[in-house]
Amino acid sequence: MPAINVNPTRMELTRLKGRLKTAVRGHKLLKDKRDELMKQFLDVVRENRALRKKVEDGLMQAYGSFTVASAIMSSEMLEQSLLYPKQSVELDMTFQNVMSVNVPVYHFRTRSEDPGEVYPYGFATTSGELDDAVDNMASVFQDMLKLAEIEKTSQLLAEEIEKTRRRVNALEYVKIPQMEEAIQYISMKLDENERSATIRLMKVKDMLLQEAIEERQEANARAVEAFGGHPDPDIPV
Amino acid sequence: MSSYKIAVLGDKDSVLGFKALGLDVFPADTVEEARRTLHDLAKENYAVVYLTEQYAARMEAEVARYKDALTPAIILIPGKEGSLGIGMANVKSAVERAVGADIL
Repeated sequence: MPAINVNPTRMELTRLKGRLKTAVRGHKLLKDKRDELMKQFLDVVRENRALRKKVEDGLMQAYGSFTVASAIMSSEMLEQSLLYPKQSVELDMTFQNVMSVNVPVYHFRTRSEDPGEVYPYGFATTSGELDDAVDNMASVFQDMLKLAEIEKTSQLLAEEIEKTRRRVNALEYVKIPQMEEAIQYISMKLDENERSATIRLMKVKDMLLQEAIEERQEANARAVEAFGGHPDPDIPV
Repeated sequence: MSSYKIAVLGDKDSVLGFKALGLDVFPADTVEEARRTLHDLAKENYAVVYLTEQYAARMEAEVARYKDALTPAIILIPGKEGSLGIGMANVKSAVERAVGADIL
């Protein structure tokens, strides 16, 4: 018996064969998709690791210079200097389609193009160390944005690969074998029915022949009796 | 094409420097506050949220919730006290999730 319950009919067989064909085709396509996604994913993830390391190192350096700046200036002073930023950043997001996965692409716009504009304070009351710190921060920020893009891409790709992998495996190890088993079951059952029909016909034919022979013998016996006399034992019937 | 904003969420000392760059800075004193701010940010027009690892370590469920969403992208950055290695571990776990084993 197959794992799934099927009616052993010719119609069911045709239907199952069609479904099997679709499943095999789908399996091939999904497998190709998985392989291509994997290829893309590995590239992205390699870049992600390198960039993350770079950003983490850069940030630690920037934090370090901020610590130096805060050691020189009072914390109120520091806070006051940074309170009202001159620069502002806006982010535009578009989507890129990687194997039917939408991944974000960020383009950021700063309000003013001049890189000297990042200092939101006058130079008279602040120390030079703060300038360095802000500078460090600004230089690592480019990479941070790139990191955001790549890290999100790798997360989304990872999710899609996981889904696709599950589908491929479900088709390969569950759905397709199940259908093949059902098809085999039905075709065996149909063959069996055919054979039993043949046998039944042969049996019926035998029975009819037997009846005809018996009838003939009876008729012969009656004919002999009608002519009176005992049947001559020497003459065969 | 629509415009989005960038947020930085973390303890006060770590996020102060980002203010100069013109990012939206949200200092949080407690994990509870960070948690609430994160949800608020997700509802608003923020495409990228930088979160310090020190907070991320104690609010994993919230971070995981937005992992498969398109926005916001929650990106972990080291806090002032240094990197905890969570960001790298997340990259690793993404590989494990996709491939089934860490192959890098």
